[in-house]
Amino acid sequence: MNGIHDMGGLHGFGPVIREDDEPVFHSYWESRVFCITQVLDTQQIWNLDEHRHEIERMPTADYLTAGYYGRWLFAMERLLDRKDIVRAGEVQRRVDEMHNAAPALSAADGGPRGWPLPEERRVRWGAWRHEQAVAPRFAMGDRVRVRNIHPEGHTRVTAYARGKVGVVDRVNAEAWVFPDTRAHDRGEHPQAVYGVRIAASELWGPQAEANASVYIDLSEDHLEPA
Amino acid sequence: MTQHVPPEKPWQAVRTEAIESLLVELGVIDSARVDEIVKHYEERVGPKGGARVVARAWTDPAFKQRLLADGLAACAELGLGGPETEKLHVVENTATVHNAVVCTLCSCYPWPILGVPPAWYKSSAYRSRMVREPRRLLAEMGLPLDPAVEIRVWDSVSEIRYLVLPERPAGTESLTEDELAELVSRDAMIGVAKVAA
Repeated sequence: MNGIHDMGGLHGFGPVIREDDEPVFHSYWESRVFCITQVLDTQQIWNLDEHRHEIERMPTADYLTAGYYGRWLFAMERLLDRKDIVRAGEVQRRVDEMHNAAPALSAADGGPRGWPLPEERRVRWGAWRHEQAVAPRFAMGDRVRVRNIHPEGHTRVTAYARGKVGVVDRVNAEAWVFPDTRAHDRGEHPQAVYGVRIAASELWGPQAEANASVYIDLSEDHLEPA
Repeated sequence: MTQHVPPEKPWQAVRTEAIESLLVELGVIDSARVDEIVKHYEERVGPKGGARVVARAWTDPAFKQRLLADGLAACAELGLGGPETEKLHVVENTATVHNAVVCTLCSCYPWPILGVPPAWYKSSAYRSRMVREPRRLLAEMGLPLDPAVEIRVWDSVSEIRYLVLPERPAGTESLTEDELAELVSRDAMIGVAKVAA
């Protein structure tokens, strides 16, 4: 989807500000959100691409103001609700009770829910499939064009690279899961991933800096011969 | 340098507490496991791991060769590895080529080797600018490069992770591997700084 998360090349965000002696986490809740998500990652509830896509679906203004872990919190809540593991209503009720310092917290809803996960709803984690082989379509040195596509769903083709021509610099010939389909439960479609070198002048035209290029990792389905 | 602390939003803390308590009650997670992972990131992994890799590569040419051929396998020799990194490419800075890493779509980063990325790496400013104007941005960040130096920006938007092998500074010939590791900063391994002697 063409969303604010796809930031490469945008203007207007100002300087990069580095913090001296930055702590690993700035607050307790951030550490909890990050690490609860990692525990959930191992519970076969969602896959990496679904999680990323959920963040992308955050309303633009919220994406820009919630902070990094605020985005993770949003994605966790939405995914847990959509999969009927923890419902939005339950979370809101508890938040309200905690805000109002209620003497006792009401229990989660009774009755069946999406947890424990039935076998058929368990998802596999992992970025590539060691047990599978792929036959790469492109070789090092091949000229390739990044497909000019604008899917409404999840994709890892950055907007700034679409339609641009580059050269294959590296072939990662493992069976990498295709994020664009896995994010939507439409299969893994394992394929090679290529490191494609695109010259700055190809990407940015007259505003490009001299003597620079960007190397982008792209799935085979995102490339065509040039 | 200016202190940059993201604004604390108590409502996010409350929501997080509410969700964690529900997940525990429903038997989905165990808070002790979450505590362990927090401890892992706060105490056990971080840029010191990557610095050991760099120092080893500077002092052991055979290791360096293995590192450039298969980053993850070489890091495993030093006991480094773990979730979220299934392939690691190590890119070497030289007198004529400078490499830097970014993820324009989110925050992809070699967690097991460098720990959790710093806030600036995940910032809109870094993600938007590093691919479009790396030379200008690096200069702003305190790393002016000669126009003759070629800049390679690695936009790690897939599942392959990147580590920059910085140049070994001159005048460090007599240092031990451990002393060298002390010199290597996180920022040098992302490619926005050089290692100073």
